[in-house]
Amino acid sequence: MSAAHDDHHHGPAKGLSRWLFTTNHKDIGTLYLWFSFAMFFLGGTFAMVIRAELFQPGMQLVEPNFFNQMTTMHGLVMVFGAVMPAFVGLANWMIPMMIGAPDMALPRMNNWSFWMLPFAFAMLSSTLFMDAGAPNFGWTFYAPLSTTYAPETVTFFIFAVHVMGASSIMGAINIIATVLNMRAPGMTLMKMPLFVWTWLITAYLLIAVMPVLAGVVTMMLFDVHFGTSFFNAAGGGDPVLFQHVFWFFGHPEVYIMILPAFGVVSTIIPAFSRKRLFGYGSMVYASASIAFLSMIVWAHHMFTVGMPIAGELFFMYATMLISVPTGVKVFNWAATMFKGSLSFETPMLFAIAFVVLFTIGGFTGLMLAITPADFQYHDTYFVVAHFHYVLVPGAVFSIMAAVYYWLPKWTGYMYDERLAKLHFWLSFIGVNVLFFPQHFLGLAGMPRRIPDYALQFADFNWISSIGGFLFGASQLIMLVVVIKCIKGGKKATAQVWDGAKGLEWTVESPAPYHTFTTPPNPDLIETP
Amino acid sequence: MSQTSQTSTKRLVTKLLLTVVGMFGFGFAMVPLYDVICDITGLNGKTGGQVVQEEEAKPVGDREITVQFLAQNAAGMDWEFRANDPQVKVKPGEVKVVSYYAGNRHDYAMTGQAIPSVAPNEAAQYLKKLECFCFQEQVLQAGESVDMGIRFFIDESIPEHITKLTLSYSLFDITDYEKPQAAVTLN
Repeated sequence: MSAAHDDHHHGPAKGLSRWLFTTNHKDIGTLYLWFSFAMFFLGGTFAMVIRAELFQPGMQLVEPNFFNQMTTMHGLVMVFGAVMPAFVGLANWMIPMMIGAPDMALPRMNNWSFWMLPFAFAMLSSTLFMDAGAPNFGWTFYAPLSTTYAPETVTFFIFAVHVMGASSIMGAINIIATVLNMRAPGMTLMKMPLFVWTWLITAYLLIAVMPVLAGVVTMMLFDVHFGTSFFNAAGGGDPVLFQHVFWFFGHPEVYIMILPAFGVVSTIIPAFSRKRLFGYGSMVYASASIAFLSMIVWAHHMFTVGMPIAGELFFMYATMLISVPTGVKVFNWAATMFKGSLSFETPMLFAIAFVVLFTIGGFTGLMLAITPADFQYHDTYFVVAHFHYVLVPGAVFSIMAAVYYWLPKWTGYMYDERLAKLHFWLSFIGVNVLFFPQHFLGLAGMPRRIPDYALQFADFNWISSIGGFLFGASQLIMLVVVIKCIKGGKKATAQVWDGAKGLEWTVESPAPYHTFTTPPNPDLIETP
Repeated sequence: MSQTSQTSTKRLVTKLLLTVVGMFGFGFAMVPLYDVICDITGLNGKTGGQVVQEEEAKPVGDREITVQFLAQNAAGMDWEFRANDPQVKVKPGEVKVVSYYAGNRHDYAMTGQAIPSVAPNEAAQYLKKLECFCFQEQVLQAGESVDMGIRFFIDESIPEHITKLTLSYSLFDITDYEKPQAAVTLN
């Protein structure tokens, strides 16, 4: 992406070693973003296999066991390979520039934390070519399915999760150290852009829960290979314990994937509304409250395993409480747009779609939080529709918004607005055709993670698959837009967007290889 | 980076790494923590361990509670396994003895382990066992069969609304396990 910098004075090294040995936050950000883009297409390919099999009732294309491998790998690759690295990439690129720092606080660790990822995912993906097949127990890998009854390749899965977890933890430590120690003079905490704030909170969530994920896969490893009985009832263990430990990680994990998205949207909406963000302080406190609440609601994923009524009620009310700070955020975004002079460039389109569609996902989340109702919805397509609404037009749309918003800053050229708008509209239509009918399928009783279904579900599955193919294919447009934008186009100004605020717009486009080697003028730092 | 900010970065990173190690430990601490919470709440329907009785328990009042006994083989286990007395009525505080039958139909020795579960979960903590075959592994030679006893009583503090409870045993084949109790103590 940064080939244009090669003629710069203290430019990067040449050739492959530039990328292998780089400690530059922009290079590492680029690596993360490309890696995540590649994983997005890999996980997307798995999703296409799933939707193709579900296009019609009956077994059409793949064996049931392979279908299970596809759902598992799709979830793992998208969560750990696409969404999380994309946000880490954005953080690497943007946080130092946003807070006026010359680089990340721990540049060498930064290099290491990226380069672990390709190995982790190569290890995970290699199981597809092994006799035992890839992991087939779902991305939530519930024991004993993932221990007693797991394919032999589960060990590859465990080590892959260890490695990607270590990478995430190192990335998080780096971000916290950068934000707390490297801010330019004048950049007080309450003047930080919201993307930096949400990432700081996310990083704390990461160091709190990724070690628990490492712990739970370590327990699995012991159960599988060393004869312990953490989750084995025969030896006195308890499979339900697995679910508690897993979701203690798993629930904050979903906020790890959405908090940086809140930051992105809170950056883009004011820029294209040409107004200051409404309620900056409340946004910061809402993010922190969401992060705190996310740690105490995990058992709402397991209402049906059998809990005392007091437990069911606690987790129900605590879950519903999250809608309060989230509602504050949605209100603030709407209030920011209210009476603004809006323009609808592609980043803004994605951001507005985020607000609307993420809110739909939030509402279905509230429905799922109602304990008695959850007994009906549990493990149906309604759940699939819910979390895809918050993750695809939620997290993924915000990443796309961010890429279009900062692409001119990265490449120095404006992207093709016409093609980008086409990408947006096809994605917007595709994603709704894909996931909206799944609500109806779930309410009608279609279970998730099945390769075949009763005839009554045929029509909505057919519609959903058409939407899936449309959404999948339209992502290739984004690839074209990004490549075109790297190769050239209209020269971008330093400001790029007339309403954009923040230190990253005070440096030229493309951003020089080294920025803010001397701290920026404190007068440039405004309260967001 | 200046010298002072380098030291403060070091200090911060050390703290963060300690948090990581601490949270990794917390993941494992959730295992005993879960057992404690289950003991208090009866969350997973597990009964408590062996109760040592100081003096003979005496029946209290004329309430009668129905206790049902279920037996099932876990996946991969095919012993003959059933409750000899499928249902008994007990007064709170009254000591009862019931038995289960287990038979190994194979022509080789096997080891079984029974795991208890009580429904409703909240009743689990009021079911006190003086003796139970589930406290030990059961080794049965080829073709051998055995009657296995349980001596228990229902704690008199059991809430009024519980009139019936079910004690269910799942029998697991642990022949191939070297030390199944390695990780967690059995109940």
